Amino acid sequence: MAKATARRLQPVVETKIPDFDRLIHEKTRLAIVSALAVNPSLSFNELKAILETSDGNVSVHTRKLEEANYLNCKKSFNGRIPRTDYSLTAAGRRAFERYLSHMEALIKAARGG
Amino acid sequence: MTERVAIHDHALNSIRTIREAMDRASSFTSIPGWGGSAIGATAIVTAIVAGPLESDPHLWMSVWIGDALVAAAIAAVTMLLKARRANLSLTGGPARRFFVSYSAPLIAAALITGVLARAGVFTPLPAVWLLLYGASFISSGSFSIRVVPLMGALFMLLGLAACFVPLSVGNVLMGAGFGGLHVIFGFIIARSYGG
Repeated sequence: MAKATARRLQPVVETKIPDFDRLIHEKTRLAIVSALAVNPSLSFNELKAILETSDGNVSVHTRKLEEANYLNCKKSFNGRIPRTDYSLTAAGRRAFERYLSHMEALIKAARGG
Repeated sequence: MTERVAIHDHALNSIRTIREAMDRASSFTSIPGWGGSAIGATAIVTAIVAGPLESDPHLWMSVWIGDALVAAAIAAVTMLLKARRANLSLTGGPARRFFVSYSAPLIAAALITGVLARAGVFTPLPAVWLLLYGASFISSGSFSIRVVPLMGALFMLLGLAACFVPLSVGNVLMGAGFGGLHVIFGFIIARSYGG
């Protein structure tokens, strides 16, 4: 169903928004980037609570964003407990702003264009 | 046409994801509901105990300050427990923003209380406490869950009423605010926001 919808949407998406960022578009990664856009940094546990998801899911998606240089990851110790903090890089913030512009363009195109 | 509607929905879904994540990330959600109800219960007892003490306003004030200290201890412990349960930090960005805007009006209330008590003027205290406590929830509410500013507004309405009444009625209004509103909103927060 989702694949069928995606196939149906593809021509319009590709013609109107050529550099659509698939990396950010995935729901969990989009939520991670959005949460970090309004906070200088968030810990792994804070992200997990915001996203209401599993450790594994947060790990996988933050790693993908890190590999794309959208996230900074800082590891430290709070006493004896390891702590991981994430923040958005300049590239990540630019990608998020670009994505928002694309969404805006999509809505405008669908409404009037 | 179908395609356009589908794309429109698709974009709206993404916008919804962004908005929800931003809302959750910028909100301090460790407000203790059950702790709030317990604070309300102690305030109701305090209002009953302090009621007959209006002839000795110094003692009346001390009883309420004692209750405020008990309430602060309950709030601290239950907040810590709730944050731990949800694995949330009490020193992160959302919490910090909440505490800064929450504490400023309360510090003002403490200073005004000191000045009024030194001058031997006690009648305005219920109005000062209710108004500034309400103000602290309205200002910090923008960084927290949605019912918090509403609770603050109701405290301020009681504070407004307390501006025009004698200390004995002010004491009843304090019971209604610090007691009743805490019990009711504590219950709402506990049921809707995880304890």
